[in-house]
Amino acid sequence: MQPGDELPELKVTPDRYLTVRYAGASGDFNPIHIDDDFARQVGLPGKILHGLWMMAQVARAQTEAAGGPHALKRLDVQFRGVGLPEREITVTSTVQEVRDGIAVVHTVAEQDGKAIIRNAEARLEVG
Amino acid sequence: MATQAETAAIGKTYPPLTYAVGREKIREYAVAVGETNPLHLDVDAAREAGHRDVVAPPMFCVVYCGPALGPALFDPELGIDFARLVHGGQRFEWGPLVVAGDEITTTVSVKEVSSRGPLGFFTFESRSVNQDGDTVCVGTWTNIVRGA
Repeated sequence: MQPGDELPELKVTPDRYLTVRYAGASGDFNPIHIDDDFARQVGLPGKILHGLWMMAQVARAQTEAAGGPHALKRLDVQFRGVGLPEREITVTSTVQEVRDGIAVVHTVAEQDGKAIIRNAEARLEVG
Repeated sequence: MATQAETAAIGKTYPPLTYAVGREKIREYAVAVGETNPLHLDVDAAREAGHRDVVAPPMFCVVYCGPALGPALFDPELGIDFARLVHGGQRFEWGPLVVAGDEITTTVSVKEVSSRGPLGFFTFESRSVNQDGDTVCVGTWTNIVRGA
């Protein structure tokens, strides 16, 4: 990995029931993620993706590029906007610097052309 | 404005909670987030790679931290209004990998309470330690409460 390198893009389209499975897997049953009617009542377009599931996609883009889960030492993200089921998400990642065996990677997750995770920085053990 | 009671909570630490990491829970989580690396799904593959059992994906930390965060999020002293709660940001730093069979003890503390205009910020820190005393994950959880 060298500064300026793009890591392989990750594309994923969460299906209609993904948020239900993720709620069970993670223990986060906030109804904004699993109940369309409730979500609309609080002003959302419908049930929204869990932020931490979206962050897990950013994490997966890093571990797949870096050769496994051990490589991800740190991940820092800001959540922006809402992510919705049944629409493709694209995670892009660019290496900023490599020093002392650690690559600093800037990464972003977009859906419908809008950043849903931005200002994200990963630190990956490399080499 | 953060109230005096809220600000006084900075540094408050909640009781540690221990989470026993199960093989099927790792698989369930790995499938839900789309992991395909056999280290997370296949015991034989994990053992061939030198691990005792299937390996938790790094973001599995949300599962073992979850029970320890509840008392902070629901702390009446902080009085977080869930109807207005937004997850603003998240940072994790990871140590050694977590595998099925580990027992992870997480301690949560209040790191920051502040306000900026109509927004209230509640930041928690989680520190998770395995049964050997290694710190496996430190999390910084930034929650934003939108004003009325």
